[in-house]
Amino acid sequence: MTALIELSDVTRSFPGPPEVQALRAANLSIGAGEYVSIIGPSGSGKSTMLNILGLLDRPTVGEYSLGGTPTSKLTEDQRAAVRAQVIGFVFQSFHLMSRRSVFDNVMMPMTYSGVPRAERAERAAYALDRVGLAHRRDFFPGTLSGGEKQRVAIARAVVSDPKLLLADEPTGSLDQRTSGEVMELFEDLNADGLTLVIITHDQAVAERAARSVRISDGRLSEVE
Amino acid sequence: MRWRKKKRAAAVAIDDLVRPVARGDRFSASDLVSEATSDIGSRPGRLVMTILGTVLGIGSLVATWGFAQTAAGQISSQFNQAASTQVSIEPETASFGESSGALGRIPWDAPERLGRLAGVEGAALLSDVQLADGVTITSVPLNDPSAPATAVPPVTATSADLLEVVGGEMQTGRMFDAGHDARGDRVAVLGTRVAQKLNIARVDSQPSIFIGGTSYAVIGILGDVQTNGDLRDAVIIPTGTARHDFGLVAPAQVIAHIAVGAGPQIAEQAPLALASDDPDSLKVRAPKAGSTLGAAVQGDVNVVFLIVGAVSLLAGGLGIANVTLLSVTERTGEIGLRRALGATRRQIAAQFTVESIVIGVLGGLIGAALGVLAVVGVAAIQQWTAVVDPFVAVAGVVVGALVGWVSGSYPARRASLIEPITALRAGG
Repeated sequence: MTALIELSDVTRSFPGPPEVQALRAANLSIGAGEYVSIIGPSGSGKSTMLNILGLLDRPTVGEYSLGGTPTSKLTEDQRAAVRAQVIGFVFQSFHLMSRRSVFDNVMMPMTYSGVPRAERAERAAYALDRVGLAHRRDFFPGTLSGGEKQRVAIARAVVSDPKLLLADEPTGSLDQRTSGEVMELFEDLNADGLTLVIITHDQAVAERAARSVRISDGRLSEVE
Repeated sequence: MRWRKKKRAAAVAIDDLVRPVARGDRFSASDLVSEATSDIGSRPGRLVMTILGTVLGIGSLVATWGFAQTAAGQISSQFNQAASTQVSIEPETASFGESSGALGRIPWDAPERLGRLAGVEGAALLSDVQLADGVTITSVPLNDPSAPATAVPPVTATSADLLEVVGGEMQTGRMFDAGHDARGDRVAVLGTRVAQKLNIARVDSQPSIFIGGTSYAVIGILGDVQTNGDLRDAVIIPTGTARHDFGLVAPAQVIAHIAVGAGPQIAEQAPLALASDDPDSLKVRAPKAGSTLGAAVQGDVNVVFLIVGAVSLLAGGLGIANVTLLSVTERTGEIGLRRALGATRRQIAAQFTVESIVIGVLGGLIGAALGVLAVVGVAAIQQWTAVVDPFVAVAGVVVGALVGWVSGSYPARRASLIEPITALRAGG
């Protein structure tokens, strides 16, 4: 299995005072097609981890290679292009655009990722169908339940066919039943070959992943 | 730009990671416009407040321009060419107790003297002839006591060049000439209305009129005149004849036809030419320089409204800047999301810039429409002819866009500098 994600001695410190080291010399290798959860309490450096993996932030020290490309050498525009095509994001608070229909929300990332225009509507419809919300395409996010909202967000995250899906506390705003639905969806996507990294503080969610990495005070350790 | 991009891309190839995107599938101008405009109408109340300043600013600018143009058109139609090319000179009068008298005297050769001044195209003497009480003017030699008493028409003495000076033409017959004038021939030209009253329609039968019993040959009937309309009611005789028959002691006034714009200069020179010993004894009525009157009115209107317009525009721009800044803050989550989905800083900045340009254009459109409406409304009430250059309305919209662009550029920059991490954590 080739490594999709390769962190070597990644440190991220925020200048203070007091200076905070959110990540300390982290080393992590995630292969293509893996399903990994990163678990840790709040303040442990989870979000910093996600931001670096998602190219939303840069390591202070160390190198992050994505698909064999050292990301420290990428320009801002290249990083944007990688985010658009290679990485999909799912957030705790969904971040749907409330004034656009479900369908338009799913359409939006494709303007940035450059999916051929002729294919966009079809792909959006397919992505919605895949998360089981084809019948909600003309609804507005405000009328959906939390679980449905998160499924729309997942459809949006996968519509550009990314290699890596990063989910930040994806079930943090959901009840147990809808959490289960969302986790099943993740497992389906992973079964289709999508690399999945889920960041969570919830032990039950973390345990569903094939592999679990604990983060504590900026340090990583594999959970056996 | 393209060259720089290529060079950077060569430093790290990301072709393994990112597939090339066909030109037609990239984030295009139409994508930009649709992303930027899709949320503009979502808060109508706020939109109204945002564009109000621009509407007022553009509206008052367009209205100013329109009012100035309309007023200029109005002024030029009132001060037509005929009126702005006539100068009249008469002696100053002063009253001594109960009687009043002329201070100066216009010389008999005044037309020749004025003719030597640059800008004078023709001059003629014009004097009312005082008839003794009881003198009548008739077209028959006999004084018919049974005829109803009619008002005696005024008799005006003038020189042969009158027609050119007043812009008149003969209805029939001819004007008397310098020879008639010099010899004091008893000839007369009748104003249109006098001819009607005296029942004289044609002159080929050599009709005569009788002023106090003395016969004068009617050689012509005056047609239309552009100035000095009271000539239509007058019996016109040569100045020489009036001196001889009626003892005219001095011309009452001299009128001159001048080139457009020569008024101020001739007003200065004419008294010196006519009474070099005492130029102040003559009173000159000359048009002001044609354009200054209109320009003065226009200037007053313009300055006030332009200031109002500029201030409103400034307020409008600040309004757009404020609301856009507020909306950037409110939409931090959206900005973070777009950046996470692969939008570049430039695309984010462009989105907010286009949004405020569109708001500016909207304000410009509404403002220009209201401004034109104001001009048309005022013109209708005043019964003026509304004059609005279509260019002004177009310019209003362009200025609106410019205001939007300028005032949106700072918020757009702020938006592009937002870090996606902070933005996404801000909730949404």
